[in-house]
Amino acid sequence: MCLGIPGEVVEFLPDQADLARVDVSGVRRVINIGLLADDPPEPGEWVLIHVGFALSKIDESEAAAALQFLEGIGQAYADELAALAESRIE
Amino acid sequence: MSDRRASWVDEALREHEEHAAAGAVSDREQQVLDRIDRARRRRPRIREERITMSHGAGGKASRTLTEAVFLDAFRNPLLEPLEDAALLQVNGSRLALTTDSYVVSPLFFPGGNIGDLAVNGTVNDLSVAGATPLYLSAGFVLEEGLPVADLTAIVASMQAAAAAAGVQVVTGDTKVVERGKADGCYINTAGVGVVEHDLALGAATARPGDAVIVSGPVGDHGVTIMLARGELDIEADLSSDTAPMNGMIAGLLAAVPGVRAMRDATRGGVATILNEVAVAAGVGVMVEEDQIPVRTQVRGAAELLGIDPMYVACEGRLVAIVDGQQSDLAVAALRADPLGEQAAVIGRVTADQPGIVLLKTAFGGTRIVDLLVGDPLPRIC
Amino acid sequence: MRFVDEFRSAEKARALAARITELCEPGRQYKLMEVCGGHTHTIYKHGLEDYLPEAITLVHGPGCPVCVIPMGRVDDAIHLASQPDTIMTSFGDMMRVPGSHGSFFDAKANGTDIRMVYSPLDSLKIARQNPGKRVVFMAIGFETTTPSTAMTVLRAKAEGLENFSVFCNHVTIIPAIKAILDSPDLRLDGFIGPGHVSTVIGCRPYEFIAAGYGKPVVVAGFEPLDILQSIYMLMRQLSEGRSEVENQYTRVVPWDGNLAALTAINQVMELRPYFEWRGLGFITHSAMRLRDGFRAFDAEALFEVPGVRVADPKACQCGEVLKGVLKPWECKVFGTACTPETPIGTCMVSPEGACAAYYNYGRMNRHRVVEVEVSRP
Repeated sequence: MCLGIPGEVVEFLPDQADLARVDVSGVRRVINIGLLADDPPEPGEWVLIHVGFALSKIDESEAAAALQFLEGIGQAYADELAALAESRIE
Repeated sequence: MSDRRASWVDEALREHEEHAAAGAVSDREQQVLDRIDRARRRRPRIREERITMSHGAGGKASRTLTEAVFLDAFRNPLLEPLEDAALLQVNGSRLALTTDSYVVSPLFFPGGNIGDLAVNGTVNDLSVAGATPLYLSAGFVLEEGLPVADLTAIVASMQAAAAAAGVQVVTGDTKVVERGKADGCYINTAGVGVVEHDLALGAATARPGDAVIVSGPVGDHGVTIMLARGELDIEADLSSDTAPMNGMIAGLLAAVPGVRAMRDATRGGVATILNEVAVAAGVGVMVEEDQIPVRTQVRGAAELLGIDPMYVACEGRLVAIVDGQQSDLAVAALRADPLGEQAAVIGRVTADQPGIVLLKTAFGGTRIVDLLVGDPLPRIC
Repeated sequence: MRFVDEFRSAEKARALAARITELCEPGRQYKLMEVCGGHTHTIYKHGLEDYLPEAITLVHGPGCPVCVIPMGRVDDAIHLASQPDTIMTSFGDMMRVPGSHGSFFDAKANGTDIRMVYSPLDSLKIARQNPGKRVVFMAIGFETTTPSTAMTVLRAKAEGLENFSVFCNHVTIIPAIKAILDSPDLRLDGFIGPGHVSTVIGCRPYEFIAAGYGKPVVVAGFEPLDILQSIYMLMRQLSEGRSEVENQYTRVVPWDGNLAALTAINQVMELRPYFEWRGLGFITHSAMRLRDGFRAFDAEALFEVPGVRVADPKACQCGEVLKGVLKPWECKVFGTACTPETPIGTCMVSPEGACAAYYNYGRMNRHRVVEVEVSRP
C-alpha cells in the first residue's frame, strides 16, 4: 500500500518506451513510467516510486510550500517561546 | 464452502493457556508487557518441522535453533556464553577457538569473494574475544563443475587475507559434491588464537553507564550482496566491508583498559548484537539513530527496499561496549586505524528496562529495537 | 535524502506538537484513525506518539493489504506454487504469512519454487527467462499497487507471453473504511487518509466520510512530519467544527488522482461481488479480479485452487483491533500465544499490522513523552 520513495529521473532508456533510470541517494534502478504517460517526467524531475513504477511526479513547488509552512510554524513557535522566556525574566 | 482449522494455532493457544494459568491475565498495559517478557524468557522450542532460511539469518529463529537444538545437546560451561569464540584454558595458556562456515552467493562480489570473508571472519571472531589470531583451518566443499580458475582466485585471496592479518592456514580438507549442490563452493574455517592479557571480556559484563561504540558505517556487506545477486535490478557503487580487524582491535585494547566486550557485527547486524548484550548482561541499551553511521547509498538502497540497516550484515565492523568514562579514548583509538575512520559512540547501556534495546529516533521519538525473526525482507507496504 | 530528511526534523515536530496540544479542548478525548498500514509503521518506527498529548489516541485501521488476506487464500497460493513446473513470485511481505499448513517460507523449505520479487515486472522477467515453466505472480495490495499489476498484465499481453499469470488479491480501501464507519462499537473523531492510495484514486472518494458521516479526513504523507501536520490539520478542523477532506500530501497526491492508473486498472480488472477480509468478514465490492478478456493471465481461471475457507481461531480478537475497539496489548493472546514468530491473526502477520508494529517497536514503558512547551494556555 505504502512504500513509496522519491527518486530523481536520470535518463530514459533508448529503445524502451516507458522505462527510465532513477536515482535514490546514489542507488539506481530502472522503473516503468507508463503511469505518467499523460505528463511524462523529464530527467532532473522527481517521481514517487512504488514496486518498480512511478506513481506520481513530485511537485517541487508544493514540497517547498509544505516546508515553508513547517518552517513558519517552527519559527512562530520559537518566537513565542522566546517572548515567553523574556516575559518570565521580568 | 467448508471450514478448516489451522492446527499449529491450537498448539500455540494451548501453550498460552498453560502460561495464562500461571498468573492472572490483566488488562493493564504494564502487566501485559511483564507477561510478555516472561513469555519471551520461556525455554526455547523449535515449532517448525523443517529448517527454513530464517534459521540461518541470525535473528530469533537462529537463536531458538542454537538454544533448542545445539546448546541443548552439547551443553557445557564453555559453550554456554555463546560468544563469537570459546575461551579455553589449556595447560596454563588461554586460547580462543572459533569456527564459521561461508555459503555466500555469489562467490565473487564488489569488495571481495568468499575466500576473503572466510579468513577475515574467523580472524575477527578471534580478535573480538580478545585473542591474537594465529592459525586457521580451511575446509572446502566444492561443487562438481566449479571452474578451477575460480577456486584458484578464491584461494589466492585467502592467502592474501591471511598474510594481511598475520595468520597461517595450517590444515584443511576438500570434498566434492554433485552438480547442483554447494552453490559452487562452501568454505568452513576454524581458528585458534592466544589470549595474552587478563581482561575478562564478554557481553555479560556490560553495565549501566557503558558506552556503545561502532567502528564504522553499517550495512555495507549485506546490501552489497543483496544487490550483487542481481534479482533486484538495483545498481549502486557499493562494496563489502570485509576486512581483518585484529590490528584495530589490538590498538583498542592497548589504549583502553575499560573495554567490556566486543562483537563482530555479521548476520543479524548491529541490532542483533545490542539485543544479545542486553539479555546477557540484564541491562537496557539506548542508542541514537542519528549517531549510527550509514553510507548514503546503503541508506538509499535500504529505503528503496524497506529494510533497516541496523539488521543488515557487516563483515569488518566492530561493536564495542566500553566503560563510559573511556568512550572518547576508545573512539580515538579506533579512528587511529584506517578501518575505524568513522568510529562513533552510538548509545549507552542503561539500567532502564533490562533486556530491551531502545532507539531514540532522529525524529525525537523512542521505539524498541527487537530481534527480527529471520532476514530483513524487502517490503512493499 | 531529498523529500525525506526535511520531513523528519525534530524541531519542527516540537512546534507542531505544541500547536496540536493547544487545540485540544480540556477534558475531551480524541480518537483519530490512520487507515494505512504504512502510516502505522511510520508512527511506530519514528516514535511519533511520544509527541502527542494524552488526550489524543491513534487508532490503527485495517489498511494492511497483507494482513487482510484470509489463510485460505494463502493455502490456495501455496497450492498453485506446488504444482509441477511452477514458479511462484511474491513480494517479501507475504513470505512469512502463515496459511493453515505454513507460510511461503515453509513451502520453500519443502522444495517449492517460490521467489521474492521487488516488482511485478521482475516476475515478468522470470517468465521470459523460463519459457518451460509457468510463472505466477501473487498480486496483493490496495489501489497503490493495483495499477502496477494491471500494467504488467498489459505488457504480458502485448508481448504474447503464454506462461505468466496473476493470482489476484488486490483489495480496495473505501469499503474497508465504510465497514469501520458503520461499525456500532466504534467512535472515531477523524481519519488520517492513506497517502499513496490517494495518488491513484485522488481525494474525492473520501468526501462521503466528511459529508455523510461528519468526520474530517486529511490525506497524509509518510514522513513523520507529514503525519504530525495531518493530525494538526485534523485538530484544527475539529476545533473549528468543520468536517472536510483536506490534502496534506500535496507534493505527491493530485486531487483527481492518476487517470492513467485508473484506466489501466479498469481495463484489466473488475470488482468481485464480494471478498473475505480476514478479521472483518465478507465485504461487497471490495476486491478485484481479472476481466474475462484477460483470462489467459488469471491464475484462478487457468488453474484449480482448493478455495477452502479457513476460520480464524476463536481466541483471535483481530476484528476488534482492526476496528480500533481494542488496543493491541488488550487482546488476550497478544505477545504470548500470538507473536511475530507465531502470528495467530492478521494484525500480527505483517510488520505494519497494528499488533506487529506495537510488539516490534512500541512495547515499552510509555514515560517517554517529548517535552513540549505550550506557549499559549
